[in-house]
Amino acid sequence: MQASSLSKTKENTWGGGGSKPLDAAYGKLMMWFFIVSDALTFSGFLVAYGFSRFKNIDSWPIADEVFTHFPFLHGIDAPMYYVALMTFILIFSSVTMVLAVDAGHNNNKNRVAFYMLLTIIGGAVFVGSQAWEWKNFIKGEYGAVEIQNGDILQFYNLEEEKRIPIDEFYISSTQERITHDNNVGIWYLSEAKLPEITLQEVMAGFNNDQNLTVRLEKLDDTGHKIILSRDEAEIKLASATRVVKGANLIRNEYGNPLFADFFFFITGFHGFHVFSGVILNIIIFINVLLGTYEKRGQYDMVEKVGLYWHFVDLVWVFVFTFFYLV
Amino acid sequence: MAEHKHKLAIFRGRLKFKSNVQKIWGVLVFLSIVTAIEVALGIIKPPILLNYFLGIKILNWIFIIMTIIKAYYITWDFMHVRDEKPFLKNTIVVPLLILIPFLLFILLWEGSYIFEVMFDGLKAWNFDIY
Repeated sequence: MQASSLSKTKENTWGGGGSKPLDAAYGKLMMWFFIVSDALTFSGFLVAYGFSRFKNIDSWPIADEVFTHFPFLHGIDAPMYYVALMTFILIFSSVTMVLAVDAGHNNNKNRVAFYMLLTIIGGAVFVGSQAWEWKNFIKGEYGAVEIQNGDILQFYNLEEEKRIPIDEFYISSTQERITHDNNVGIWYLSEAKLPEITLQEVMAGFNNDQNLTVRLEKLDDTGHKIILSRDEAEIKLASATRVVKGANLIRNEYGNPLFADFFFFITGFHGFHVFSGVILNIIIFINVLLGTYEKRGQYDMVEKVGLYWHFVDLVWVFVFTFFYLV
Repeated sequence: MAEHKHKLAIFRGRLKFKSNVQKIWGVLVFLSIVTAIEVALGIIKPPILLNYFLGIKILNWIFIIMTIIKAYYITWDFMHVRDEKPFLKNTIVVPLLILIPFLLFILLWEGSYIFEVMFDGLKAWNFDIY
């Protein structure tokens, strides 16, 4: 019978010559070694981010200006509040996980199941929030133009002393220009999808309003983006090559392309960890409901996935600091 | 399974809890307070903390130190390393304590060196119209 073979499964403590130097079950030990190696992987990523940032220390995008959204609060500038909330959700789901482990030590099946369920819900909310963050990041808010040397110029209203989105000042042209696909004209010639607002329309809007100027990627001594005078802005914009809205892996409206690349890679890799953690938690949750661990007489498996889950939380604490705060 | 002994004191024994569950909630309160302070500092950005110390803003030093404190309590209390044997503690912590600062030092130093080279040395690096 399945159940009797399961009940025979017993975790032996590694002998270690009788002195039990580690005194931990084999599975738990291996989970710890995996966590140590994964911690080194993540520190490699975060240190690479630090490298790129130190390399571009005078022109890195300012996180407070990038992540300003909060659900149901449209147009309100709310830097960091949402990520802080996400951090809290993840820490809280870590707490329910510890409570599940603690209930497992007391062999209390119902409490383990209850706390595992809360942990799964917390993890799912976090992954959903992450997806929402990505959506805002990819969609963009203000838009910008790229000039010949690859720099991003963001538009700024001198009168109102704040940034202005391109869709508030562009003058729409009556001429329609359709995307050149390879099914019209020469079969091997095609072009990338055209932006909704063309460079000509943005330039027409810019020339129409003398209060507009641009911000450079470069930071001044106080850590703010340098705002050019109107004359300097006109010279810079003479070499504009394209309109940039939102973010992808090649260019983004926030500034350095590496910023978006690292954002996608590190938060994506972390999000994948959370996602697989939720899947593992669901498997363990089902096993708890089926009574697998009750028959074994110990809830060690809950403890092992718990370790993984806390590790994901731990990584997020660092990602939060280095992407959003520092 | 062996009986589970929990060490119930945090802050070097200054704060003792009656049960493991109480300790977990206590640590949650502590971590929430630290996160709240971080967010408040990040939004207010007190001007006095924007001065540089060892090449990094004092505010950023505070953030990094607070992050390490949070990491300590997550590993020690949530991942219950506090209850493990010293050998297991060292197996986990020592490799990370050696390798991560090493990697950090090498790459951040190299990053600022490349910044200086691009800033002072190669004027032709920037193909601007000026």
